[in-house]
Amino acid sequence: MDELILQLKNEIIEVLNLEEMSVEDIDTDAPLFMEGLGLDSIDALELTVLLEKKYGLKINTADEGRLILYSVRSMAEFITKNQKA
Amino acid sequence: MGNLVIRGCCSIKNNRVVLDGECVYQEDNALSASDFFKNVYRNFKLSYAKFFKMDNLSRLGFLAADILINKYDEIKFLKPEDTGIVLSNSASSLDTDFNFNDTIKENANYFPSPALFVYTLPNIMIGEICIRHKIMGENGFLICEKFNPDVICNFVKDLFENEKLKYCITGWVDLINEKYETLLFLVEDTEKDIAEKSTFEPKNISDIYNKY
Amino acid sequence: MRIKDVYIAGDNIITSLGFTSKENCDSILNNRTGITFVDDPLLSLEGLYVSLIDTDKILSSFKEIGDPGMYTRFEKLAILSVHDAVSGTGIDIRSNETLLILSTTKGNIDLMLEDDRRANVNPSLFLWEAAKKIQHFFGSPNTPLVISNACVSGVMAISAGSRMIRSGQYKNAIVTGTDILSKFVISGFQSFQSLSNGPCRPFDVTRDGLSLGEGSGTLVLTSDPRLAREPVIIIGGGSSSNDANHISGPSRTAEGLYLSIQKTLADPISLPAGNIDYISAHGTATPFNDEMECIALSRAGLLDIPVNSYKGYWGHTLGAAGIIETVASVKSLEQNVLFKSAGFNELGVSEKIQVIGKNSEKKLRTCLKTASGFGGCNASLIFYKA
Repeated sequence: MDELILQLKNEIIEVLNLEEMSVEDIDTDAPLFMEGLGLDSIDALELTVLLEKKYGLKINTADEGRLILYSVRSMAEFITKNQKA
Repeated sequence: MGNLVIRGCCSIKNNRVVLDGECVYQEDNALSASDFFKNVYRNFKLSYAKFFKMDNLSRLGFLAADILINKYDEIKFLKPEDTGIVLSNSASSLDTDFNFNDTIKENANYFPSPALFVYTLPNIMIGEICIRHKIMGENGFLICEKFNPDVICNFVKDLFENEKLKYCITGWVDLINEKYETLLFLVEDTEKDIAEKSTFEPKNISDIYNKY
Repeated sequence: MRIKDVYIAGDNIITSLGFTSKENCDSILNNRTGITFVDDPLLSLEGLYVSLIDTDKILSSFKEIGDPGMYTRFEKLAILSVHDAVSGTGIDIRSNETLLILSTTKGNIDLMLEDDRRANVNPSLFLWEAAKKIQHFFGSPNTPLVISNACVSGVMAISAGSRMIRSGQYKNAIVTGTDILSKFVISGFQSFQSLSNGPCRPFDVTRDGLSLGEGSGTLVLTSDPRLAREPVIIIGGGSSSNDANHISGPSRTAEGLYLSIQKTLADPISLPAGNIDYISAHGTATPFNDEMECIALSRAGLLDIPVNSYKGYWGHTLGAAGIIETVASVKSLEQNVLFKSAGFNELGVSEKIQVIGKNSEKKLRTCLKTASGFGGCNASLIFYKA
């Protein structure tokens, strides 16, 4: 899981153009939206694309999305739980 | 409407930033546009994380506007609707359009990027400048084959004449592939008398453009 | 010399509902929508609800005035619209006193899928190049003014045309707007998850997003009262404003739209218009846009005025929207008919706006048109019967 979390942080920095951030700056359990990283709606959509493109996983509803994209850890857990072997 | 004066201008071209005729930053011409813009951002300590989310076109317009407004910050003390932004270019948002197109052109690898799509309109750059500086006045984005002083002056003058603005940031912001240039003017509606060379007229705009 | 009034001399609408203003209005009066389920791999991976113009009809119509093979879909639609609008107005499009103003967001963007060369960009992808072809078709001597400012381009273009006539730069302005459907645009809106699952339902409690459409519209403006069409309609004030809040979502407090409406209403040339009888809103049917608009109307004290959106008829036509919808609103004034806001059944916004629930007769004099778009831009316009 730790490896996935580190990988995810790097991917988040890349796809969201968080150029001035490093993986150390991203708290695994902090909210990604509102507080924490303060990402916005376009970032949320872009993370949805990341999950589909990189991990083959689809988010079906907005409510589901809010839970899955809550933090880096919730994203990692979603991936671990659903990714095909 | 009083007299329209060119308060200041900022040009970014050939990896040089020129503010009111003075070169304030430059780098080796071999540096990519993208890297150059990031270096300008860091050099002027602009401190705005969202800069890195922008596409190259928006970054270009954003930089020139920031450098200009930081010098002429009197607009910060006006009502938000008193300042407008009217920009123009030739390539619209084609540079980013190609990047977005890359994310959709192969059915087997079809992943349209919302972060790219949002920048596939040239006026988004105006939005970014407005957000940064809380500018809420008249907007407009015009497309011309090349830098056109008559079109810009006529359009902007009409806005001032109809008493819609006190200041306007206007000019040319063009970028496609690695080729870019911007020339932004800060125009003020003033009751003072002004030197002929400083009036917001096509000839003066054209002279400044040709100088750079 | 400042011109006193700007009149409407002619107009046209081309959408899935027809190739003239009359055909489109007849469709509206017959409660028809042009938004249908389309499954075309050239447009999208899966079928979706859009408002698509019949390609055969574009070709057959264009054959009557030119060689269809020489112009792209976008250019044909723009030319057809201008041609129909100008016919019979007495306005000389070849005169240097007439300016062509083109409003579009993406022009010939459909060509990019086939031709994405960056080194040698297809010239047709440049909006000024497409404008030139339209200009040359008509033999117009003036370089067209091209306005590309997201979904407010159309309303902005009409205001610009009106200002340029009033400042004496031109006697006439042919304000035209066109945008076509393309995989490019459809994909983009799909990535935003902002498309509806059926024909869009502006202001309705069940609304779930917008329906894209393609369209072309033209409004012919003139300072010559002898060319003003009866009943005489005059263009009043217009303005634009930026939310300064977010580049893709509207301000929750409707700052920009509210400001624009205030400026437009306060414009001295809006004074003769008197009270507003009818509001033609932007109404895209996304949850956020419609909510923002009702807040703007509430803040402006305009809650009691009948309001509609045309997007339930022909979808969101982007750069054409402001013009097509203004023309439809002009028809509304001319005919003294309030057009039903297609797709609306039950109010689903927080302020009690008066959405027009069915086509109905009403004496109308003055209309307020509003528009909002990506980049936080907003625009509004007033026009009224003399």
